[in-house]
Amino acid sequence: MTLTIILVCAAVLLALGPLAVALRHSRAVTQLVYGASMVASAVSFAAAIAHLLGAAAPESITLPVGVPWLGAHLRNDALSAFFLLVVDLGAMSASLFALGYGQHETASGRVLPFYPAFLAGMMLVVLADDAYTFLLSWEFMSLMSWALVMSHHRVPENVRAGYVYLVMASFGTLTLLLAFGLLAGSDGLYTFAQMRAAHPSAALGALVLILALIGAGSKAGLVPLHVWLPLAHPAAPSHVSALMSGVMTKVAVYGFVRIVFDLAGEPAWWWSMLVLAFAGVTTVMGVLYALMQHDLKRLLAYHTVENIGIIFIGLALAFKTHGMVFASALALTAALLHVFNHSLFKSLLFFGAGAVLTATGKRDMEHLGGLIHRMPQTAFAFLIGCVAISALPPLNGFVSEWLTFQAILLSPQLPVWGLKLLIPAVGALLALSAALAAACFVKVYGVTFLGRPRTSAAERAKETDSFSLAAMFFLAALCLVAGILPGLFIDALAPVSSALIGAHMPAQTSTQWLSIVPIAASRSSYDGLLVFLFMVISGTLAASAIHRFASNRLRRAPAWDCGYPDASPTTQYTAMSFAQPIRRVFGTVVFRAREHGDMPPPGSTRPARLTVELHDLIWETLYAPLAVGIGFAADRLNHLQFLTIRQFLSLVFGALVILLLVLAVWP
Amino acid sequence: MALTLDLTVQCAQMLLVLLLAPLFTGFARKVKARLLRRQGPSPIQPYRDLARLMRKDVVLAENASWLFRVIPYLIFAATWVAASLVPTFRTGLLFSWSADLIAIIALLGSGRFFLALAGLDVGTSFGGIGSSREVMIASLAEPAMIMIVFTLALIAGSTQLSTMAEFMASPEVGLRVSLGLALIALIMVAIAENARIPVDNPATHLELTMVHEAMVLEYSGRHLALIELSASLKLILYVSVIACLFAPWGLAPAGAGVEALAIGVTTYILKLAVGGFLLTLFETSIAKMRVFRVPEFLGVALMLGLLATLLRFVSGSF
Repeated sequence: MTLTIILVCAAVLLALGPLAVALRHSRAVTQLVYGASMVASAVSFAAAIAHLLGAAAPESITLPVGVPWLGAHLRNDALSAFFLLVVDLGAMSASLFALGYGQHETASGRVLPFYPAFLAGMMLVVLADDAYTFLLSWEFMSLMSWALVMSHHRVPENVRAGYVYLVMASFGTLTLLLAFGLLAGSDGLYTFAQMRAAHPSAALGALVLILALIGAGSKAGLVPLHVWLPLAHPAAPSHVSALMSGVMTKVAVYGFVRIVFDLAGEPAWWWSMLVLAFAGVTTVMGVLYALMQHDLKRLLAYHTVENIGIIFIGLALAFKTHGMVFASALALTAALLHVFNHSLFKSLLFFGAGAVLTATGKRDMEHLGGLIHRMPQTAFAFLIGCVAISALPPLNGFVSEWLTFQAILLSPQLPVWGLKLLIPAVGALLALSAALAAACFVKVYGVTFLGRPRTSAAERAKETDSFSLAAMFFLAALCLVAGILPGLFIDALAPVSSALIGAHMPAQTSTQWLSIVPIAASRSSYDGLLVFLFMVISGTLAASAIHRFASNRLRRAPAWDCGYPDASPTTQYTAMSFAQPIRRVFGTVVFRAREHGDMPPPGSTRPARLTVELHDLIWETLYAPLAVGIGFAADRLNHLQFLTIRQFLSLVFGALVILLLVLAVWP
Repeated sequence: MALTLDLTVQCAQMLLVLLLAPLFTGFARKVKARLLRRQGPSPIQPYRDLARLMRKDVVLAENASWLFRVIPYLIFAATWVAASLVPTFRTGLLFSWSADLIAIIALLGSGRFFLALAGLDVGTSFGGIGSSREVMIASLAEPAMIMIVFTLALIAGSTQLSTMAEFMASPEVGLRVSLGLALIALIMVAIAENARIPVDNPATHLELTMVHEAMVLEYSGRHLALIELSASLKLILYVSVIACLFAPWGLAPAGAGVEALAIGVTTYILKLAVGGFLLTLFETSIAKMRVFRVPEFLGVALMLGLLATLLRFVSGSF
């Protein structure tokens, strides 16, 4: 029943695309498309929640579309229902945001037809139950998001972003195609049910893991396959960036979980190590890249890379080896909870960036400042997003981080030596990335919203419309609820981990004061509600006591600044200067960061210049040589176009001979 | 009956740390002065300072936002909640299960996040210098602290401070290499987090040598009083954590009677006195480091913590 409702919603979303094209000259088309998308995703969200919370049995349906003898198999089980929930929540809030933001869109003819199709594509990937449907929906989703990235196609960096995105997406789909081909075997069984029944050998499972890690990992943003993400996510309109960062990367995580946990058979002892190594590097590299940025949206895109690393750390610890099912269930729940939490606060942050972009026309933090006075509500919602993503109590980012730490603390019982050495190192990297993320968001909030306005655009900013604010406050409220009542969300994930691993975390409904107890009460527990209440009570107690018994007078004066105030707002710290200590500590090694000061000779009146040189070592060592090599090979192969007629005929003859030989030798 | 006693003990703990924090800061200043052959201010001078600041008007910069006014209360709330959950004279406090050591560190992290934001709020360059240095120090001190927590949790089998303290007081703990490494790392992190010499100078009046003092440069009146009180609370929190984990003798167990509680309070005050003296002795015997030597200092703490955790992962006997 719920599956039919969800499919109807997906069909509605698919129909909205052509409708947007047909009605493109009407003035109400923006409101119509986004409003209808919001309603359709809301209905689908309700159906997904009903399925997940009701712990219903998996539902399947086979539609007579697609490949004639196969049809399209679609299935809604606990894992699909959870990811559908994430997709639909993101879609709902993005559509609500776009009801206001879409009014300012200049290229709406290039955005409106593809937006509902993008939503439908993501929903269909999560519901697919055979390889064809999965890959078709995956490619459809990539293509629709590519069209949205290219919506402002006159900007040259958007064109480059779209090109890199297309190449990486095609490469990812190729590896997934190979993975499904290996799983299907030589009999051509392409449905997931048949793949589950056929147990792959260890070598096959290993190959499938590596291919899935490359394919799904490149879409999710694992280092070193993340290079398209910071180019493509900022290029799209802000609500689409929020969907790509907050939701599409989670669909990629779904792909990885489905292939590796459900279809690839028994995990080997070294699978955790491989995924853990990549995930640890991704976490730290993502946040270090983000610290060097001063473009708001690029910074947020790099943070997505970091959080995907955190999710994959949890997934790596969730492999059910050596029979430690409770540890695996804890790690899987931590990873999936972070999937949900990240989609919430990343969407919130992108909406804030979109609001700032609409109000000031600028994405570069170095041109902003003081927006807390001009856009107070956006500033408040953005602050909640910053606190949540920095993993600070009592909000939700802290809960998933805490659960991941608890999963790491259970790992010494694993008998594998490589894991014993790798897991503490990855734990240190995780802690490092959490601290660096907090540093980065102090920079983002402080430079963009606090301080004094650095340009006239920031001085004249106006608050955004109520739809955008409603979407941001809705997500901020959810961040608070998920931080204060995490037990509800952990219990909702129990059917998912039961289905994938066979065990789930202990029920959190019977704990005292709604705390969460991941393993046992004697071991560790955390009560978000009580921490929040204590903070509120002690803060208000202190405020009222001081205002009552001490002074409550206040007067305004010019800033003290140690007696040397400077009227120019350019003397305050910028994003690059704020990150300078960290750039000096970490960046000299990781980015070969160098600062060159160019002093004018005495007597010259030209200004001194400070240049910061940063190298993207992954691009320079991996992609640039690859591009050069492919260009070289393409140049050589180009000569095939200019052969004489005799050479062409001999080529054809040679190919025929080889094929006949192969046919003769093949058993 | 037991519940009211537990509730009284928890409230007593909260008031005790709040009342003792300025006294500890004053005691440390007095000892430092005596070590430098000065008379020094009286140990109760911080109380007088706080009272004086509370009575004064707040002078706010013209472009300071609402966040600037709310942040002192947020920092105080986070630090006081964290300090109330550390077992000082008795383990098994009524609400100690609501936040373990990781949550306590994260609460202090929230306080630091908001303080760094306050430094950037008015848009002066001194605030920026303080905030940028503070987040650099925090980016290394916090992972080191988390690795120390991992080591202790792997030894004690729990991340709850009360359980850890009870384990360290029991005879099962034994002498372990990882505990020694964790102690050294914890002392280094505590020095960095509380802005003591050699990382930062709490008494400096030179702006370019400040980290913490630069962030709070624009605060005055009751706001400054709250921030100074929060800084004292943080210092007493770290000393209490070191005391309850590495010197847990005298800690009253849960459900103990009045005599055990009295012994607990007396031993706690003694531990504070010894801790304050050792801290001041260390501060007087070493010079403040250049800012970019601090990452090396904290890097050593991080490596020690990582090594201790690695040893615990590798074998149960380390």
